[in-house]
Amino acid sequence: MKKAIIGTKLGMTQVFNEDGTMVPVTVIKAGPCSVVQVKTVENDGYEAVQLAYEDKKKNVNKPQKGHYDKAGVEPKRIIKEAKFEDASEYNLGDEVKVGIFETGDKVDITGTSKGKGFQGAIKRHGFGRGPMSHGSKYHRGAGAMSAAATPARVRKGKKLPGQMGNVRSTVQNLEVIRVDEEMNVMLVKGAVPGSRGSVVMIRQTVK
Amino acid sequence: MDVIKTIESQYLKNEVPAFNVGDTVKVHVKVVEGKRERIQIFEGIVIKKQNGGIGETFTVRKLSYGVGVERTFPVHSPRIDRIEVAKQGKVRRAKLYYLRDRVGKAAKIKEKRTERKAK
Repeated sequence: MKKAIIGTKLGMTQVFNEDGTMVPVTVIKAGPCSVVQVKTVENDGYEAVQLAYEDKKKNVNKPQKGHYDKAGVEPKRIIKEAKFEDASEYNLGDEVKVGIFETGDKVDITGTSKGKGFQGAIKRHGFGRGPMSHGSKYHRGAGAMSAAATPARVRKGKKLPGQMGNVRSTVQNLEVIRVDEEMNVMLVKGAVPGSRGSVVMIRQTVK
Repeated sequence: MDVIKTIESQYLKNEVPAFNVGDTVKVHVKVVEGKRERIQIFEGIVIKKQNGGIGETFTVRKLSYGVGVERTFPVHSPRIDRIEVAKQGKVRRAKLYYLRDRVGKAAKIKEKRTERKAK
């Protein structure tokens, strides 16, 4: 059975593992989530499970309420879909908890990275800079655009200054250090996209 | 943040001996040799203490065959069996980096004498 859950990033800290070495970990409050829709090939063209996370008390409109009533759960704030080969293992209204993961599992975590605003080519793409002195007037520019008369334009995808961060990003193959079912919390080795309090999707790794 | 504090508290040691920068300490470190585990003592002067909570570390400096050796330990590490304070030092700063440039008698730290009540 493939596993996935929605969670909130709480922050980072360090813990000691069994052999006494220190590990940097991200603390994620994960679940409990509810299965609100099971998508099948016959109905939707692909297999997936729609998970919902965190109760929503206010501003639930009727179409939304109907969708949650079908699964027999309270209205939720966040809906995310997890694509599985065999989604029929899940039933409508099933509860998904952190307990599905255990210590030593490898997971992929998807979230929205921290926004950095409009950044130059040096910070955004790791370009080098020009000399700052000795008469140089070229400091932090993006460099040459391409060849001249041919193609006589800037090719698509040229790395230039622009918005950096605040995009969906995934970190693959993170190790689960600990799962606490009582607090609905899991500790994952390493960093995870997004700021504290941002919503992340935790999936069994594809690797 | 509350959840993070509770998780950290599970890894903290209940009792950490009080020691300060300038003290001479014996750190009993657990060392794994093959399959056996034994305790090794690292004795020297604490030259710095930094950070707090679970990330708190301290650095011990000693001279080993005339070569300065510094080792940094996390205070709450399970690899540390215990910390023994051998001598209390009298120092006037928080980071004793100046010891690195000194050898012999110049690298000595005055001992702190605790006042004894007259009997």
